[in-house]
Amino acid sequence: MTQQSTGGADWRRNRLGLGVWPHQGKVAIAGWGQSPVDRRWDGVSMDRTLGAFAILAIKRALEDAGIGPEDVDGLLCCPENMAGNPGPAGSWGPYRPYLPPPYDSEDGLTVVTNNWIRGQMPELTNIQYSPDHVPAIGDGMGFAAQACADGMYQVGVYVYTANNLEGRYRQGGEFDNAHVSGNRQWGQPWGDYQGLMTSTNVPIQQYCERYGVTWDELLSHFVINQHRNGLLKNPGEYEGWSYYYQNGPSQLTTEDYVNSRHIYFPLKIWDCDRPVNSVGAFVFTTAERAADMRQKPVYVVNHNQGSGGRARSSQETLEDTEKAKEWVASLVYEGSGWSPSDVDIFNPYDGFSTFMPTSLEAFQWHGVQKGDAADFLRGDLRVEGPHPFCSGGGNLGNGRTRTAMYIDSIQQLRGTAGPRQVSIKGGRPQTAICAFAPGNSAAYLCLTNELPG
Amino acid sequence: MPKLIPVPDELSKPFWDAVNDKRLIVQHCTTCDTLQYPPRPDCQDCDDGELVWQETSGRGHIMANMVVADGRLGRTRPDQPFNLAVISLDDDPRINFFSNLPGVPAYQVPIGAAVEVTFEEVEPGQLIHEWRLVEE
Repeated sequence: MTQQSTGGADWRRNRLGLGVWPHQGKVAIAGWGQSPVDRRWDGVSMDRTLGAFAILAIKRALEDAGIGPEDVDGLLCCPENMAGNPGPAGSWGPYRPYLPPPYDSEDGLTVVTNNWIRGQMPELTNIQYSPDHVPAIGDGMGFAAQACADGMYQVGVYVYTANNLEGRYRQGGEFDNAHVSGNRQWGQPWGDYQGLMTSTNVPIQQYCERYGVTWDELLSHFVINQHRNGLLKNPGEYEGWSYYYQNGPSQLTTEDYVNSRHIYFPLKIWDCDRPVNSVGAFVFTTAERAADMRQKPVYVVNHNQGSGGRARSSQETLEDTEKAKEWVASLVYEGSGWSPSDVDIFNPYDGFSTFMPTSLEAFQWHGVQKGDAADFLRGDLRVEGPHPFCSGGGNLGNGRTRTAMYIDSIQQLRGTAGPRQVSIKGGRPQTAICAFAPGNSAAYLCLTNELPG
Repeated sequence: MPKLIPVPDELSKPFWDAVNDKRLIVQHCTTCDTLQYPPRPDCQDCDDGELVWQETSGRGHIMANMVVADGRLGRTRPDQPFNLAVISLDDDPRINFFSNLPGVPAYQVPIGAAVEVTFEEVEPGQLIHEWRLVEE
């Protein structure tokens, strides 16, 4: 049976007033797995294709949960082509020949679908639920949790692929057109590609001006700490889940950051995450089933989707961003029933460093109020210190897997984060907020290791 | 530098027609008396207000600047690095426009400086709005 959505007609929790998620504590994440993190697929190594990595990630997630493939009745692969150039084809830049099956189409190379996995993993004998349109990991983790809560499956695996092949990431396609229509007519004639590198750039310039700091002062220390966290690998977990741990460089310095290549200056290359070829997988199940699995369950407390809003005019301003993110934080706190002081681990999304000051202030983590991020981000952010912000190292410290925020939160709550393990008043953290929430997205996930209520 | 060329649609045609006539207009909501740009089908403040076109002063100030050094748009890549400035409109500073500030070298943009609208041909018969420095 293939179904398009969860049981609910509108599964998204994207508006205020929905209250606490009614399924708190009924769904758990019981396993995770991550493939190696390569910069690109080399076009030759058939054990390192996106498809091969997806199979590996699924097997590792099942092993982590202590279950077999026959236990899985839900398969939720996000068929997103993350790196492809914009346009209807969504194809990859340089044209290349396909390969013998199962690599005779994009499936398995730049996307991985449920059908492809089922064809390559016949040991998944009990799949009852395999929806076609599984969202990207930010919404997707909530989708998986909601589908489990709605009874669509008992034991499901959510799979997120991050593809990167030869060529320039997200260049070409419609970006090479001479004419622009729709919303693009209001920015692209002047060279604004209308993405997050520019929309979040000016608000941070305004932030710096308002609070008397430079761009480098505000962001360099945080970026360097993200790289440090990414290099703190737990010895027990395969090759780890950091591109930088696996491939270097060893540790970013202030000099590296300050002198790095300009992209949309003052935004520089180290403000941006590094596109990679890698796959992550997560086992979702009911709290009852999780109790019999290998790991201590990590329960889902709340999930959200939607957006805090858009720019009032051509270019987003600090006022726009602050308003949007305050709405997002209200949504997350309403749905979880938490307040800022309840949050032990905070892993918001850092695809660009520019997301962080306003995310931190909106969620008021560790008491950070408006304007405080300027000092907070220059303080002690180490996992051993008083403010272990983004303990997983995020995308900036691990590469654009978009899974680090989730894996670290799960590990922190299990107490298996190794050298990254955060201690809260001498004990293990009990709550975590994590996200793949670019810009003003509300795609957050709240987790705990204690059954709510 | 060669620029991408806007393709007017039903909503934007009055705007681009005015630009081709060397006038800068924005939407005005007659209900809540706010200005709006880029144009939208509805007023973003009161939802149900009537929107009419209103000519602006064409004067503004440089709010911020980015330098595009490694952008994604193929047509503009040969001219990198170039300025991508944000201009706030004096009539309502919440309204902003992009500009390359023709004639101002990259990385040498005077933030806060006064500017006025000008118009630049991007293909025969199609102008876009640009901005140039002026004395206050």
